[in-house]
Amino acid sequence: MSGVWDALTGLGDVLAQHVILAACAIGLGIAVALPLAVWASRSQAVSRGALGFASLVQTIPALALLALFFPILLSLRAVFGEGLPTLGFLPALLALSLYALLPILRNAVTAQANLDPGVIEAANGVGMSFWQRLRLVEAPLAAPYVMAGIRTAAVWTIGAATLSTTIGQPSLGDPIFAGLQTQNWSLVLAGCIASAGLAIVADALLGTIEAGFRRRDRRLWLGGAIAVAAGVAAAFVSQVDWSRDDGRETIVIGTKQFSEQLILGRLVGEQLEDAGYDVEYREGLGSAVVAQAVANGSIDIYFDYTGTIWANQMKRTDNPGRDAMYEAIVKWEREVQGTRVLGKLGFENAYAFAMREDRARELGIRSIEDLARAAPRLVAGGDPEWFERPEWFAVRDAYGLNFSNERNFSPTFMYNALRSGDADVISAYTSDGRIAADNLVILEDPREALPSYDTLIILSPERANDERLIAALRPLLGSIDVKAMREANFSVDRTDGNKKTPREAARWLAEEVGLE
Amino acid sequence: MAASLAFEGVTKRYDSTRALAGIDLAIEPGSFVALVGASGSGKSTLLKTINRLVEPTEGRVLLDGQDVAASDPTAMRRTTGYVFQRIGLFPHMSVAENIAIGPRLVGEKLGEDRIGELLSLVDLDPAMAGRLPEELSGGQQQRVGVARALAGNPSLLLMDEPFGALDPVTRDALGTRVRDLHEKLDLTTIMVTHDMAEALILADRVLVMDGGRIVADETPQALSRGKGGEVAQELVAVPRHQAEKLKGLEG
Repeated sequence: MSGVWDALTGLGDVLAQHVILAACAIGLGIAVALPLAVWASRSQAVSRGALGFASLVQTIPALALLALFFPILLSLRAVFGEGLPTLGFLPALLALSLYALLPILRNAVTAQANLDPGVIEAANGVGMSFWQRLRLVEAPLAAPYVMAGIRTAAVWTIGAATLSTTIGQPSLGDPIFAGLQTQNWSLVLAGCIASAGLAIVADALLGTIEAGFRRRDRRLWLGGAIAVAAGVAAAFVSQVDWSRDDGRETIVIGTKQFSEQLILGRLVGEQLEDAGYDVEYREGLGSAVVAQAVANGSIDIYFDYTGTIWANQMKRTDNPGRDAMYEAIVKWEREVQGTRVLGKLGFENAYAFAMREDRARELGIRSIEDLARAAPRLVAGGDPEWFERPEWFAVRDAYGLNFSNERNFSPTFMYNALRSGDADVISAYTSDGRIAADNLVILEDPREALPSYDTLIILSPERANDERLIAALRPLLGSIDVKAMREANFSVDRTDGNKKTPREAARWLAEEVGLE
Repeated sequence: MAASLAFEGVTKRYDSTRALAGIDLAIEPGSFVALVGASGSGKSTLLKTINRLVEPTEGRVLLDGQDVAASDPTAMRRTTGYVFQRIGLFPHMSVAENIAIGPRLVGEKLGEDRIGELLSLVDLDPAMAGRLPEELSGGQQQRVGVARALAGNPSLLLMDEPFGALDPVTRDALGTRVRDLHEKLDLTTIMVTHDMAEALILADRVLVMDGGRIVADETPQALSRGKGGEVAQELVAVPRHQAEKLKGLEG
């Protein structure tokens, strides 16, 4: 439990960012929902349309809604110019505001629809104008119901805001996602406790305001409102950078959602800090999101793999061989994306089939050819992308693979499935530390159906010719062998007492490969 | 000064139905007019064309010679008393705040004395000023409703089934009170009711409506002598029959 406590005490910064994000999203939700509700009370068509739209939004999973704002904002750059951020705060704010809309709107519309018609007739009869009726009669009578809607919206938004980590906005999702990827359950638990605690506190304070409105008790609602405002203000103040501008340039490093990427991010980050840069991290980004983000300059540096770019972004399904593929990717990144492939880090993180050694021996399997013969009796596990990827189709067709069942797992759980026997063979990654640790064998690929996955450093168009930055990064090229990477990965992924954070692993790796 | 009213060809259509079929009518200052008829006869609609809660499809309504369609409806309503069956006190405002609402809309503050005076006019204890509507009985609430209607010193008082939801004793007492105030404050009063007995007792001119038209326009005395035609006499027959039965019980 002390691990959870330690993790909790380190969450101050993401908690503040979480509060700011949720407060802004709810604020924007209120700012949109209330005028819409007033309009809806005057027009049946608007009422139906607005509530229908808000309900529709609500059916989209929050994770998908957050992800959708990336392409939406990207296309809006045509209107608002290249400065429009497509990752981080803005898309998270917009998606969460849309999510907050429904409960506020529905309660406000219902409250207005349920107002005593006699009261409305009286308001008109005594000669109130539109605004007088709204201010003196409708708003005070609807306030408790609207407040109840805001309360619901706040609890939803605080929960859903944890997902904004996936689009590069720091939140209490950071410890949850990082913990899930590295099997650090203390971190996951700390993130959940903080997020749930925040929701409970917000619910209680907003509930106080609601009760104040209901009982027409000014002291009660004013007290609640001041407490809410103080909490949000404290979060803002904590995020103000009081230090004077130190003239250091800031480099933003983006990483995907697994340990290796987190370690590489920290490794490069520390190198750059030593070289006099300030570094920000956008960790846990989706694979497609991170590639687009570097192309449009939302982040400066990220790491990708030749086979991933080849299949996912270039949509190629052929396999021209390792060197030809690399050359084609460098050219494509330069000409199509405007980005610069600085070079290879030195190790591959390729897809391969892995089995438990005892199981492979028992079935007499050493290569994918052997596997194909036993496949109808075996269950295959893959990460969520694997069974949709061209590599899978290529290797399946090359060897005629036909498993009795194909199951998807998150990368971490994939290895657990192999250990527990829920899967007989998995799509492993060659740099994965668990290959050695779990005593796994990589099956040979005699027909060379699986493509290469060299790890690349890629720079955004703005940084493509930044000589100072490139000079700082150059020592990393070719410096990391797969054995060292495996060991670093395992030190983060292991679940016993010797677990390292990505940053600790990065420091170990730097020393191991002689960078410091 | 009591207001004068005139209706010229006032017609109101809702989609396929015609609620008012070309009403022509003049009302003298200081009259107490009752609009009587069955549900759907158009009496409420006609009343609401005066303070523009209903806009006529055709024709016009003149208040003191001015077309109400040319007036600012909110300004005009603030100087016209309006009392209706659902009462419509604002539940989040005290009795005093309810009464003072009309003047407040134009930035005037109604003094404690004036509120006390208005409460006395409708036979309520001025000490009730601080209470909330939910603490009052139905009859007390409608008295506050009348006080609210009088707060802006109106020359015209419009009442739509004002006593419909009250118990008979309260109804009688408040009706009598309003008739006195009509005299005392020099008002022109239009009252919609479906109760012919109430109309005969309180008004000095009774208009009977049927199917969007005025089918009888008589004094209470003429109606009780059998004038006004079939529809009017059917309505008069009800209280007359009740009165005869009561007489029979006594005898």
